[in-house]
Amino acid sequence: MAGNDASTLLGMADIVKRFPGVVALGGVDLDVRPGEVHCLLGQNGAGKSTLIKVLAGVHRPDEGVITWEGEEVHFAHPQAAMDMGIATIYQELDLVEGLTVAENIYLGHEMSRFGFSQRRAATKSAAALLKRLGHPEISPSAEVGTLSAAGQQIVSMARALSHHAKLIIMDEPSAVLDAGEVERLFHVIRDLTDEGVAIIYISHRLEEIRTVGDRVTVLKDGKTVATGLPAKETPTTEVIRLMTGRSIEYVFPSRGTVPDAEPLLRVDGLSRRGEFHDVSFTVRPGEVLGLAGLVGAGRSEIIETVYGARKNDAGTVEVAGKKLRPGSVQAAVAAGVGLAPEERKSQALLLGDSVATNISMASLTRFSRSGIIDRQAERTAAIDQVESLDVRPTGVDREMRTLSGGNQQKVVLARWLLRGCRVLLLDEPTRGVDVGARSEIYALVRKLADDGVAVVVVSSEIEEVLGLSDRVLVIGEGSVLHEAPADQLDEHQVLDIIMRGDAA
Amino acid sequence: MSVESTRKSPDSEGASSVGAPDVHVKTAGESAPPAATVASASRNPLNSLMAGSAGRNLGLVIALVLLCIVGVATAGDRFASVDNIMTILRLAAVIGVVSIGMTFVISGGGIDLSVGAIVALASVWATTLATQTMAADFHWILMVFTALAVGAGCGLVNGTLIAYGRIAPFIATLAMLAAARGLAEIIAQRRTQIVTNRDFIDFFQASVLGVPVLVIIFAIVAIIGWVLLNRTTFGRRTLAVGGNAEAARLAGIKVQRQTMYLYILLGLACGLAAVMLMARTTTGTSTHGGLYELDAIAAVVIGGTLLSGGRGTIVGTVFGVLIFTTLTNVFTLNNLGISTQAVAKGIIIIAAVLLQQRVAVRRGSP
Repeated sequence: MAGNDASTLLGMADIVKRFPGVVALGGVDLDVRPGEVHCLLGQNGAGKSTLIKVLAGVHRPDEGVITWEGEEVHFAHPQAAMDMGIATIYQELDLVEGLTVAENIYLGHEMSRFGFSQRRAATKSAAALLKRLGHPEISPSAEVGTLSAAGQQIVSMARALSHHAKLIIMDEPSAVLDAGEVERLFHVIRDLTDEGVAIIYISHRLEEIRTVGDRVTVLKDGKTVATGLPAKETPTTEVIRLMTGRSIEYVFPSRGTVPDAEPLLRVDGLSRRGEFHDVSFTVRPGEVLGLAGLVGAGRSEIIETVYGARKNDAGTVEVAGKKLRPGSVQAAVAAGVGLAPEERKSQALLLGDSVATNISMASLTRFSRSGIIDRQAERTAAIDQVESLDVRPTGVDREMRTLSGGNQQKVVLARWLLRGCRVLLLDEPTRGVDVGARSEIYALVRKLADDGVAVVVVSSEIEEVLGLSDRVLVIGEGSVLHEAPADQLDEHQVLDIIMRGDAA
Repeated sequence: MSVESTRKSPDSEGASSVGAPDVHVKTAGESAPPAATVASASRNPLNSLMAGSAGRNLGLVIALVLLCIVGVATAGDRFASVDNIMTILRLAAVIGVVSIGMTFVISGGGIDLSVGAIVALASVWATTLATQTMAADFHWILMVFTALAVGAGCGLVNGTLIAYGRIAPFIATLAMLAAARGLAEIIAQRRTQIVTNRDFIDFFQASVLGVPVLVIIFAIVAIIGWVLLNRTTFGRRTLAVGGNAEAARLAGIKVQRQTMYLYILLGLACGLAAVMLMARTTTGTSTHGGLYELDAIAAVVIGGTLLSGGRGTIVGTVFGVLIFTTLTNVFTLNNLGISTQAVAKGIIIIAAVLLQQRVAVRRGSP
């Protein structure tokens, strides 16, 4: 690949994108040349997804300039980016399962004459596209829902080609593929780049980037920290150094000593087919256990199974020596387990209801006599929680949706504190929480542990897991790769364990 | 090789002070707006009134008052007589009881299309020769129990299929709609069964202090419904399940059981409505309760209960029922046919829902 003489296909300069309370992108630079595979690296929350959405025309940048073939462009909507020749293949494939391969490929730009769809022509050209992608075995008339994940990905790619895309963005395409399929995917990518199509390739697997990539751009905290690094020559330690390092301002509370006690939560040989297998760990009262790992590693699945929200195939969960009935949330809640789930809005909150209603939700029987709720007692208890957790604004009659992410999270914690739970499972406790409120949540988690609660924290921010926990399990591909006290691990080591993907 | 490399790391232009590597900079505190201003804004009495239930129901009160004005203007004393008002209320009572039950199912995120059919089946079953003979030997209360049991039984079937069989409520109750009315036809052999028990009819057709018993029953059901929805754990769980079933499940609420209870409750309401209808018409027939599903859903929705679940209002439903019944009455007094009424109903439903959406948007925006 040549240097500066190659014309730039896509240029991004100083792109800034703000969301209420967060700066998602704080100055991103990127240039992509025709026919190259440009890899995008960065930890979770570094801004990769936002960047993709800006390129796909889903988000409009607040500042900065995007150039396409040398001219400044603005994408008003996704169709505009597509018309320009930018196609995006999302991790969650956006295909219509009930339609055929050909129908999916030409969805939105159907071949038609006088309003009648030309099925035969569409089938024929779909077949040609699939052949060009090296997958002639996929039938254009097959229903997409019947294809494997790999097959569906190829269909997405064919759709991109049908738009005459000059740039295809692939968001962790290998996440759903096995080794052989990845190999074939690389073939397809090489064929495309030979034809002059540029690829932005997002993956956290370094070896893939070395195999298929030309140049690398590293994002951290919404900023470009390095761009144009040669994919094959840059040493791993350098890449990891660029991806890590503290730059966000928040405090982790200091750890106390965990009292020597019998484990409160004991998970033994827990397995769920296709998600994780043979996961064992214990948590003592007063201890914070962290599960580190990337998105898709199976961490959320593990704690949701511990909680009974998913049913395990094998293994046991014990709380204070008593086995929990598998697949029963009620059993877990009755035993004193609480969960602050990953998707706070869709899994935990009644957004249209009041703060008080949300707090009392798991403790209703405590405030009721023969089914009638004592609303005064309920309110008083909610006010107590709001005050002790410092939820702002303080009104308990306020509609839930008007609270910020951090305060919504505090309400979820308040729910379980009110219930008096002994084991608290926190899945991405600071997702969508702004920097200031993060420190408060960390302090709160530590305080809970000091009060004798056994806490399990899942986070894709390695820094957070290390800072908050006493002990850390590194999870990858559904298994425990490593276990160590948090102060004996650093971010580099954890990332290294995850990226190598095998037990250390 | 081009290595434009490593820009903007430590030399970044002071947007946020990058401290020494292992120093944690604190930020907590004082970021939130002063709490006092927020609190005082929400304490403004007019605002809170408009945002509260009174504000939501104000539109309904206005609509009802307008209808009454039209009634007085076009039909004069024939509309504004005590007799006519009682007629409206008596007519409203039967569909009203069904609508109260429907409010629970819809608040809980469901829908029930089979209510009319259940009313028909319950009325037929409670007026068969066998039931009436037993009732004559024992007590007319047996007919009431029969109707309630049939209603609850149908509700149990609906609820089980929906909550545990995971059949979409629309489909499960559509099937019940067909099956229950069919069964009613089989039992009654398509004949109208006359209620022969005088005591039964006398009891339900009586008035207490000038208020018909049917209307009193409707009032009691509405009050019980209001308490149940707004003041009990049952109501709270209903709204939680309807508002966010996944959140309710993860908070330890038995979502499936709650869902089943809702359909049983509505089935019971249908059984009671059947009793009231039997008393009013002195018959039990498989054609009773025609299109009740539409009338009940319409009343619930224009009352302000969210069709998607999570928010329900009994007061709104009562107003919804009264608006539709009064509308029918005004149209009938003016000799306007059923067809004209149907058109007006359709327009009112759309207007009410459009209005609701406006309100929802305004509530969501700040």
